[in-house]
Amino acid sequence: MAVSPTDQKIMNAPAVVKEEIVYQRPVALTNVHTHYCPGCTHGTAHRLVAEVIDELGIREDTILVASVGCSVFAYNYFEVDACEAAHGRAPAMATGVKRVHPDKVVFTYQGDGDLASIGMGEIMHAAARGEKITTIFINNAVYGMTGGQMAPTTLPGQITTSSPFGRDLQLCGAPVRMVELLSNMDGTAYAVRRSLHDARHTIQARKAIRTAFEAQIKGLGFSIVELLSSCPTNWGMTASESLDWIRDSMIPTYPLGDYKVAPELVQSRK
Amino acid sequence: MAKQLLKGNVAFAEAAIRAGCEVYFGYPITPQTELLEHMSSRMPELGRVFLQAESEVAAVNMVYGAAAAGARVMTSSSSPGISLMQEGFSYMAASNVPAVVIDIMRGGPGLGNIQPSQSDYNQVTKSAGHGDFHPIVLAPSTVQEAIDLTILAFDLAEKYRTLVFVIADGTIGQMMEPAELPEMRPVSTERPTWAVTGARDRSHNVITSLFLGAEQLEQLNLDLQDKLLQIQQAGEVRYDEAYLEGAEVVIVAFGTSARVAQTAVKRMREAGLPVGLFRPITLWPFPEKEIAELPKRIPALKAIQVVEMNAGQMVHDVREAIAGQVPVQFMGRMGGIIPVPEEIEEKVRLTLTPAQMPATLKESSNGRVAH
Repeated sequence: MAVSPTDQKIMNAPAVVKEEIVYQRPVALTNVHTHYCPGCTHGTAHRLVAEVIDELGIREDTILVASVGCSVFAYNYFEVDACEAAHGRAPAMATGVKRVHPDKVVFTYQGDGDLASIGMGEIMHAAARGEKITTIFINNAVYGMTGGQMAPTTLPGQITTSSPFGRDLQLCGAPVRMVELLSNMDGTAYAVRRSLHDARHTIQARKAIRTAFEAQIKGLGFSIVELLSSCPTNWGMTASESLDWIRDSMIPTYPLGDYKVAPELVQSRK
Repeated sequence: MAKQLLKGNVAFAEAAIRAGCEVYFGYPITPQTELLEHMSSRMPELGRVFLQAESEVAAVNMVYGAAAAGARVMTSSSSPGISLMQEGFSYMAASNVPAVVIDIMRGGPGLGNIQPSQSDYNQVTKSAGHGDFHPIVLAPSTVQEAIDLTILAFDLAEKYRTLVFVIADGTIGQMMEPAELPEMRPVSTERPTWAVTGARDRSHNVITSLFLGAEQLEQLNLDLQDKLLQIQQAGEVRYDEAYLEGAEVVIVAFGTSARVAQTAVKRMREAGLPVGLFRPITLWPFPEKEIAELPKRIPALKAIQVVEMNAGQMVHDVREAIAGQVPVQFMGRMGGIIPVPEEIEEKVRLTLTPAQMPATLKESSNGRVAH
């Protein structure tokens, strides 16, 4: 039987077609389901951090200090050595780890209740010492894990389960802007705010996370990336409404931008 | 090494260094500050880590981090600072990491004062933090013992992956005595397999105290209790005794109280009075069995006299051990007052010959508490 040109082409084709992998789970993430709510951007933030860890080739030299809040189980999601700190104390615990392993990359992953309220002292002093650690700071304007109470970052007038009449500035003071505060510390090498509300900003956040880790690796001092994040469950919104709320309500109070960038990092970013 | 005149606080610090302490975190507080100061010069000199934290809360969490990272680590403080550190102690107990804590006790409650006291006994032996755990607690009564027990503390901490406290009152921290320091041990840079060191060629290590499942957390507690039982049964109970033969009264005291009691006992023995001394060195595990056996060992024993620099804390452990075999009496001074041998002697004499008790003498006179 004669072989048609089409059959001939098929027969001549290589047995295995090599596929190009364009997207996969970063090696620095474990293969488990997270407990995060639908529409929450913690998952995005985890992925960005894991991608940067992969990209920099530092997974085996990285130690995570998880905090108390929604990200308390972060140590189950990152395939790196990890320890779980007491509420607010992640920067102190990370200091202990880093002083023992100065050659390792040590990062904390903290929410706004943890970092800006109970852990205000520890984060400020870690920065003051120029502790060579990196902090990923998730700001979603509420205490997520305990069910949406008012945080130091809660917006003026924002209704939460512990500010049922809206945040009253006379009673509770105004929102705390952490990266602005931390940028005033001489020990801070890198302090920026980014947002996870859309793709463009998420890509910018990823770049910032990379720069923050690079600041640590170069031994420049303390580095922090604040990420404006969504909490649809506690905000009482849909996932997409919550992303709009970040853009429309959070960013005016928490302007995105670079608050401190060590000169050595400006060079490396070019 | 020859004996040298050493201040208690400096002896604690130098002993830790000789024991191979690699990392120290602390915060200034009287009457332990010389310990921190000694560390601040010696540790960097030896290429080791000294860091003055912003608070006791931060210090203890730095200790937690360093312990999780697998280093031989220590902190020190005094009573109000120990209260602040309780958060970290509980987390460390739950996650089975070793660390050494020196507590140079001062008068409480509150800010109290900076005079010597033993009022942290309950806090340290029974409730060093929330949850069910006990650290090992060692109580030196001399500067030499401060050195020896600090070295032992590191060994026990690592052997059992536990917290070990060395508690002394401000007297021992502040006084100078001739004492001998051991040779310098090499610092081990080998890290335990459970420590966070970077997940190289293995799956990731996690140090945590969070176990949301009730069965899971009960299991953690059962394992912890097993470990505590193992420590109690492994011959880690330590104590000292003197003049027990034929004693009608045995004084039970630790630390500085025991030193004062020893003077009183010696004097009374010289005067022909049958008095002995039992000094717990491990406050946890407590020498419960050894104290329980005292009435059987000493048929003449009429009563136990506990002397402490507090309102009566260890006395309850002694009463539990004695379980009604003989009366257990208590005498204590508070507020930073150290009992004098005479008042101990007076109390013991009343027990030996109760008929001689003057009608006017009340047990609570002169600021003493007694029960």
